Amino acid sequence: MKATRSQITSAVAGGMAAVLLTLGVAASAAPVKANYPDKIGKGEGQLNLVAWEGYAQDEWVKPFEKQTGCMVHRKYAGSSDEMVALMRQGGGGEYDLVSASGDASLRLIYGGDVQPVDVKLIPAWQDFLPQLKSPPNNTVNGLHYGVSYEWGPNVLLYNTNKVTPKPTSWDAIYSDAYKGQVTVPDNPIQIADAALYLKAHKPELGIKDPYELTRKQLAAAVDLLQKQRPLIKKYWAQASDEIELFKNGDAVVGAAWPYMTNALQKDGVSVADTIPAEGATGWSDTWMLSAHAKHPNCAYKWMQYVSTPKVQAEQAIYFGETPANKEACSAMDKIEKGACHKFHLDAPSSYFDQIYFWKTPRTQCADGQRNCTSYRDWQRAWQRVKG
Amino acid sequence: MQRTASAADFNAAQRFFRRASSLLWRRPRVAATVLLAPPMLWFVLIYLAALGILFLSAFWTVDDFTGEIVHQWTLINFETLATSETYRAIAGRTLGIAALVTLTDIVLAFPCAYFMARIAGPRLRATLFVVMLLPIWLSYVARVYAWRLILAHDGVLNWTLHQLGLPAADIGYTNTAMWLVFSYIWLPFMITPIYAAIERVPGSLFEASADLGAKGLRTFVKVTLPLVVPGIIAGSIFTFSLTMGDYITPILIGGPGSSFIGNVVYSNVGIANDIPFAAAFATIPAVVMVAYLFAARRLGAFEMM
Repeated sequence: MKATRSQITSAVAGGMAAVLLTLGVAASAAPVKANYPDKIGKGEGQLNLVAWEGYAQDEWVKPFEKQTGCMVHRKYAGSSDEMVALMRQGGGGEYDLVSASGDASLRLIYGGDVQPVDVKLIPAWQDFLPQLKSPPNNTVNGLHYGVSYEWGPNVLLYNTNKVTPKPTSWDAIYSDAYKGQVTVPDNPIQIADAALYLKAHKPELGIKDPYELTRKQLAAAVDLLQKQRPLIKKYWAQASDEIELFKNGDAVVGAAWPYMTNALQKDGVSVADTIPAEGATGWSDTWMLSAHAKHPNCAYKWMQYVSTPKVQAEQAIYFGETPANKEACSAMDKIEKGACHKFHLDAPSSYFDQIYFWKTPRTQCADGQRNCTSYRDWQRAWQRVKG
Repeated sequence: MQRTASAADFNAAQRFFRRASSLLWRRPRVAATVLLAPPMLWFVLIYLAALGILFLSAFWTVDDFTGEIVHQWTLINFETLATSETYRAIAGRTLGIAALVTLTDIVLAFPCAYFMARIAGPRLRATLFVVMLLPIWLSYVARVYAWRLILAHDGVLNWTLHQLGLPAADIGYTNTAMWLVFSYIWLPFMITPIYAAIERVPGSLFEASADLGAKGLRTFVKVTLPLVVPGIIAGSIFTFSLTMGDYITPILIGGPGSSFIGNVVYSNVGIANDIPFAAAFATIPAVVMVAYLFAARRLGAFEMM
């Protein structure tokens, strides 16, 4: 009996030691320096991608494989954190590229997982919207850690029958006019939306960037969100949740993506969306190159290829989002009439200037001081809001 | 040449197996060890070691800057849990709704189980079993979604109330809705053990009780209930632990202020990448369940499973 117990103990200890060893591998954590190729060489024949589902569809992957001889191997990730984990897995060389969103990209840059990309080698980059050429979510110290891909604003969605007149301020989701009929995303990054509202309505807080909040500013945003909570019908987790809430009359106003507006309008629900006076947050994705990429030539060829108007348009229509390449407009209209206008790619530049793109909140503020709040602080705060 | 060699191999193998089998026959303890070793190894390595690491990592923390786990012993996670009103409220809500669902299911399940075990004929009993178990064949998520549509603002429930001229019930996306859905989903897990417990009570005991002059209620309180308690406890282990560990129904059915412990664990692993904190919070249901199982064993629930 005694022998068995000690055997069990040692087996447990052995198992734990093995796991500890794998967990304990420390990563070097600093942005990687530029190491540009002179020109894009011959393809290596393979390319390994980590992507959002729907970001590497056969419609545009097959022609790429034929054109370049780079066979594409896809790994779909379910969340930003999974993307970060996959890019770090096995020392980081398993995947060449990742389609990281703004709430993951800075983590990859500062974790030393991705390397700078020479945008001179990607001709279509010249045609990108100026706001997405060097956005702070993928460009650090003038180095481009990847090329922007697709994006979308977080708009104010409302039921046109129930919400009149047309709302012009985010007040619609913070004042109790529509108590119990409001829905907002269940995502810590929603704190930035509250910060954006406070930036306009409480200038004394001194909020400059809704993603860089001091403890005091974060507390003010949380306070606003806690006051908002009794107005909320549901914090939505998936796009389909919000669509259902609007369809069933549970919600009449909320924060949404243009995708939901289009889906609801297609279903005959009378809704519209707008970017209110305070501006809006937005998300944007970037193809980022792994610091340990084994197939850099194929990776560069991919970045060239997906930046072209045709692929950008196909991607945009498939997923319901907007390309970074403004030349994609006519290609979008060719696939679906009026698509360019529907997804605001033809909007004047004042439209883009009111969008604050997602980036990961970090302890270090833009001015170098370390008194900002980190994503973990935001996540905890969001849990306090939701209760 | 080739042939003789393989024949010799075959003979050697045959001799080995024969010797092994006679050894196992002579020493039954060796046989038992060989049979039990693989499942025990699996249990220890996969199950206990994983649990051990879970408890260990609860005492670590995560570097804010890089997101890497820092292997330094600290009580900070437990401190956060103890001092934060939010997490206390979430733990309280999780355990409270789990207890409420358990009570509801006991009240609903007892008459069903009693009817099936004592009153219904064999045919009706079989039919009732099928009716009770049928929903389990359907995906859990599908059933929860169905409830969402029933309870929505323009859903079946409010439509029915409207047709009857009654005011609309605003229970979609609330804790009430969660209580309702949990009670529905776990009901079969309560009926089955109670049914088994009632069926085991010999009919002669009821006759004896009647012979001694006890009426229905007295028989129920003095005879039926004490004998069925282990079955109720066994069922409550299912309903309580299944509710406590759930995180999908709160996402789909709950509204603001409906997070369960599981949701906090999920968002800390998935969104914030703070596995140590998730591990710390996950120890609460584990500890509660261990205490619950010890109490259940003392009440004889394990003989009903």
